[in-house]
Amino acid sequence: MTRGSRTLRLVVTALFPLLAASGHAHAVQIPAGDGARTQFPAAEDRATAQPAGPAQDAVVRETELDRQVKEVSAELRCVVCQGLSIQDSPSTLAQEMRGVVRERLIAGDSPEQVKVFFVERYGEWVLLKPKASGFNLVVYLLPIAMILAGAAFVFLKARSWTRAAPADGGPPA
Amino acid sequence: MIRLIGLSACIAALAVASYGVVAATVGVKRREAALVRSARSAAYTNFGLMTLANLAMIYGLITHDFSIDYVAQVGSRATPLFFTIISLWSSLEGSILFWGWVLSFYTALAVWLTGPKLGSLGAYANATMLGVGIFFYILLVGPANPWGLVSPAPMDGPGPNPLLQNHWLMGVHPPLLYLGYVGMTVPFAFGIGALLSGRLDDTWLRVTHRWTVAAWGFLSLAIVAGMWWSYEVLGWGGWWAWDPVENASFMPWLTATAFMHSAMVQERRGLLRVWNMSLIISTFLLTILGTFLTRSGIISSVHAFSEGPIGMYFLAFIAVVLVFSLVLLTGRSNELRSEGHLDTMVSRETVFLVNNLLLTAFTFTVLLGTMFPLVAEAFRGEKVSVGAPFFNQMTVPICVMLLFLVGVGPMLPWRVADLKEFRRKARLPLIALVLTLVVTIALGMRNIWGIIAFAFAAWSATANLQEFAQGTAARRRAGGGGWIGSLFGLINANPRRYGGYVAHLGLIMSAIGMTGSSVLQSDIVSTLRPGQSVELRGYNVRFDDLQAIDEPHRFVVLANLTVLIDDDVAGRMDPRLNYYRTRGEEAITTPSVRSRAHQDLYVNLLAFEQDGSTATLHVIVEPLVVWIWIGSFVVAFGALITMVGGRRRTRPPPAPRRQTLVGQEA
Amino acid sequence: MNWNRSLIGIGVALPIIALLAYGMTVDPNELPSTMPGRDAPEFALRVMDSAPPDTVRLADHRGDVVVVNFWASWCLGCRDEHPDLSQTATRYEERGVKFYGVIYNDTEGNARSWIRDMGGQAYPSLVDTRSRTAIDYGLYAVPETVIIDQLGRVAHKQIGPITARQLSDIIDPLLANPPTAETTGGDDGQADADTIDAPRDAEPENGSGDGAKS
Repeated sequence: MTRGSRTLRLVVTALFPLLAASGHAHAVQIPAGDGARTQFPAAEDRATAQPAGPAQDAVVRETELDRQVKEVSAELRCVVCQGLSIQDSPSTLAQEMRGVVRERLIAGDSPEQVKVFFVERYGEWVLLKPKASGFNLVVYLLPIAMILAGAAFVFLKARSWTRAAPADGGPPA
Repeated sequence: MIRLIGLSACIAALAVASYGVVAATVGVKRREAALVRSARSAAYTNFGLMTLANLAMIYGLITHDFSIDYVAQVGSRATPLFFTIISLWSSLEGSILFWGWVLSFYTALAVWLTGPKLGSLGAYANATMLGVGIFFYILLVGPANPWGLVSPAPMDGPGPNPLLQNHWLMGVHPPLLYLGYVGMTVPFAFGIGALLSGRLDDTWLRVTHRWTVAAWGFLSLAIVAGMWWSYEVLGWGGWWAWDPVENASFMPWLTATAFMHSAMVQERRGLLRVWNMSLIISTFLLTILGTFLTRSGIISSVHAFSEGPIGMYFLAFIAVVLVFSLVLLTGRSNELRSEGHLDTMVSRETVFLVNNLLLTAFTFTVLLGTMFPLVAEAFRGEKVSVGAPFFNQMTVPICVMLLFLVGVGPMLPWRVADLKEFRRKARLPLIALVLTLVVTIALGMRNIWGIIAFAFAAWSATANLQEFAQGTAARRRAGGGGWIGSLFGLINANPRRYGGYVAHLGLIMSAIGMTGSSVLQSDIVSTLRPGQSVELRGYNVRFDDLQAIDEPHRFVVLANLTVLIDDDVAGRMDPRLNYYRTRGEEAITTPSVRSRAHQDLYVNLLAFEQDGSTATLHVIVEPLVVWIWIGSFVVAFGALITMVGGRRRTRPPPAPRRQTLVGQEA
Repeated sequence: MNWNRSLIGIGVALPIIALLAYGMTVDPNELPSTMPGRDAPEFALRVMDSAPPDTVRLADHRGDVVVVNFWASWCLGCRDEHPDLSQTATRYEERGVKFYGVIYNDTEGNARSWIRDMGGQAYPSLVDTRSRTAIDYGLYAVPETVIIDQLGRVAHKQIGPITARQLSDIIDPLLANPPTAETTGGDDGQADADTIDAPRDAEPENGSGDGAKS
């Protein structure tokens, strides 16, 4: 049973008949999209950005909070897409999860507390960077150990090859 | 009818390849030249058979012959012709069929070009390539048989995966990837041939040099085409997610890069013979591992094909290849013992040793990170994820060191480095390095790795360009003539060396693009009503309205946007969401990208209100990102230069040389 | 050839093969839930099509077994499990088991017509604005079903479609043997190890402890 097929399957086909009527019309009734947000019309639902003011051509700029949300979101795994962070994933659930990150940061949680919040609900699996403790240290330390051991080995090897140099310095036949 | 032709061709290919392996092996053992010759014919015959099978499938796809299992799986009458043809590799069975064709092509070409003169080495190499082929032909008549009969044939099919029919790059990336992956079979086969035949000198290396470079060039292009596709289709503005399947394509590239450098050390100094053999075996194994990861469902990935019994076949194949080649390698390691030496600890050779160390550590880190979820589950019983934040933290330092070495290698001569000479050569690159440091910091850059990466890129670019400049100048002094003519003359006189430097320059371009687009990126998500706009780094993106387009195979929702710079209309953009009719899955995004040399403006449509009253946009500014793509073409061009034309020297003249005329060494 | 040395080759190859073979036995898509054994997150959700708007609060159901099913009209697995859920809900109605659907990432209009197409739903469906409740329950995808015991703890979380049989296998023991505060103490053999398959810690919600291990 693959999760992906279950999750992402959308009965889009049901939507298309609606469209046949609208044809190429301009900005007409658009059927429910990927469900992304279409169902919740209230403006305060915009989790990811402040809705621009009602009438004027408001311009939206990035805030310090935006940057913090991004930092935390980049380390949390999007649970439906399985490779991307919720920061990168355009999927609906990831958008909502970014909204949760924002809400918790506004509520005064530290970035670390926000991560704990998600680990409690989804398990350690939700962290894209494993906690550097216990058995997980293997994945952090082994490459470093390897590079050090390799450097020592290469150095010793190179020195022994240098010493093996014949007096005339000529290459082997 | 066409179904039976295709199926028979696959069965025949299996039989012919099996015969070829036996004939080559027995032929060498019994010294029967006729048998060995017939094995060569088997390679040609297989190419014919696989070509036939692939043409049969393409014919089936174009004529919508839904009685063929595979066509019923991926075909659809509404899909445009181009995507119908490339759906040959859009699903598991078809991709194996295509793989079989590429492999038979490489096998036949390698057998034809190397000719019979290599004797037992060539015969065993042929047997190895045919042996690898047997595995794929078994898949084609067994668990990945695309030729099953569907009866009664349906009137229409679901069409290929929407992600794979959304962009023309899907017509480019998979073939390039297969040309790269499968191409590594050739040097591997000759390596194994050398081990089997006991001809352990450098013959196999010299024979396969161009094959490795070709496969490496294809792989480079394929990886970047994959990045580009991610960028253009997936809609998150990135080009690399450290997904297991991306890693799988990257690891053989790393080991092959190490191999191309260390092979030069063996050719010139007779060193690293066991190491080179290990590298090419690893490279081949990593290509198979990559295929295994994509097709077994062992590790979850966005790119994974369906799961199925095929994973067990791949596992068995990996086990056989691993045991077979490691037993051969360790068994022969005494006979492979190095017979060379180094003159000093500071020379191009030692830079290559460091290069190999770093590339190996890089590969190991990526491999460990990719497999670690499995390891953690086995030993700890806990599911963990290893994703982009981990890989970036661990590999960026390695990348930066490699970027520095790209400049060091070309400035150091083979054998003995004259430090005074090095200091003279390093002056200009050092100035470039310091200048870049000052400028980036002055411009307000604060990301330490970004600053270092730019500085090292400047160092290496200057170092490599300087080689061209000095070489050309020396040639002009010696022979007169114009700059352009001298430059071409220089490259032509030593294509392998200067092609390599061209590849270096391409790599540096890509590195600059990667650094710029990740470190200097900024983005914002905003929900806008018609007429409202969002501002980012001097761009003002105005949402005009939503539009719906009804196409035969999909339904498109697009947001019409106007881009303003300093209140002047600079252009229009239209990010889209595509709903494919034939597959009930989530919308496929098509971001709108405005590319310029200094930066891209990238807009993705995340969501919209049904009545058109709002659109949620993800606006990203990515500096320098086009240089990743441009760099990959330069890399491939460099690889091409090293392969074509010119004489190839494999050993330096016997006498040790101090300062030589630049541009004359191999 | 030196065959003794080649044993090294086999020694290197075997662990790699073993790891990959192990990989074939595990499903990377199968994710454990951290929820079972923990206090179920509170929610207060509007009942769809209720006039005047009616709100369901989990807190009001202490002492009842509550079954919460996350679903959507675009989800195929939800179609499969729908008859089982509706029948089971009817069967357990008089025994005080409460069933609720929670609509995930869908429009009310779509949800309404889906219920109509499926021939009705035996229990109310709740509207989960912005998926907050879904995220609180660690939802990966629909369908998922959470069974909450009389003490308000998660007794079971089903990922994927659930059957009538599975439902009654979990609900029956809870009804027959209602968990009490003591049974969570840990020394009681009759605490249902089969259904409560996580350490029995009844700590408050912030217990970031070992609840994850299962």
